[in-house]
Amino acid sequence: MVQWTDFERGTIQSVFEKMDYDDVGPAALSRCLVVYPWTQRYFGNFGNLYNAAAIQGNPMVAAHGKTVLRGLDRAVKNMDDIKATYAELSVLHSEKLHVDPDNFRLLADCLTIVVAARMGADFTADVQGAFQKFLAVVVSSLGRQYH
Amino acid sequence: MSLSAKEKVIVKDFFAKVSSRSDEIGAEALARLIVVYPQTKSYFAHWKDLSPNGAPARKQGITVMGGLYEAVSKIDDMAGGLLTLSELHAFVLRVDPVNFKILSHCIMVVLSMLFAEEFTPQIHVAVDKFLALVALALSEKYR
Repeated sequence: MVQWTDFERGTIQSVFEKMDYDDVGPAALSRCLVVYPWTQRYFGNFGNLYNAAAIQGNPMVAAHGKTVLRGLDRAVKNMDDIKATYAELSVLHSEKLHVDPDNFRLLADCLTIVVAARMGADFTADVQGAFQKFLAVVVSSLGRQYH
Repeated sequence: MSLSAKEKVIVKDFFAKVSSRSDEIGAEALARLIVVYPQTKSYFAHWKDLSPNGAPARKQGITVMGGLYEAVSKIDDMAGGLLTLSELHAFVLRVDPVNFKILSHCIMVVLSMLFAEEFTPQIHVAVDKFLALVALALSEKYR
């Protein structure tokens, strides 16, 4: 089981409480599709992804970004058993969506960059450490059921 | 993956724009490297002070940024232009190349924090590619 310090628990709750999921979700996903264009392979039916402007203005990308952040919220609320919380989602991403689990890491990195932009100086090194540890657990749990 | 002409301009312009805060960027990035990825401290065991906000970390961050600005000036031929630095990393420092990615990530987090408006996805991808190419140039002589 993952051990969380009080600082880490408090930080994760605080960061996500202050976060506007409907802003950060779309920003992180669209950034991921621009910075790592091969990730677009999973969104063939999302319409126009031809350039950065199109991606950032695409309503399906925005909607999916919100979906992803809301999914992340489940881990925020269940920090002591993220693995079980995401077991079904892991199966879904493996069996149905066929997403290479390395992509979870790429999206996590983009999310970190977006949160850093939103939080500015409040995103201290220690906060970044806690945030990245949390995302690493999420990423690992999502990849757990792949075989 | 190589930088297009347009991306080279993006990188040069962005680095010029942030140059007045380059020391701050370097120091912050190094602090984060040490805190978020404590295993990287293994390369700095010779420092008297391993704290993220200590003088050695700050100095190292400034040194790194100096190297990056040199890379920007040699952006058309980084492998050739960074030969000395490459030899240093290969034969003397022997930093495992995985750490270049880690430091690049920390640098970009700091850029995003300090220049939230400017560090758009378009600039992010160009800088990400640039940093990856610098890392490649630095590992040229590894084997």
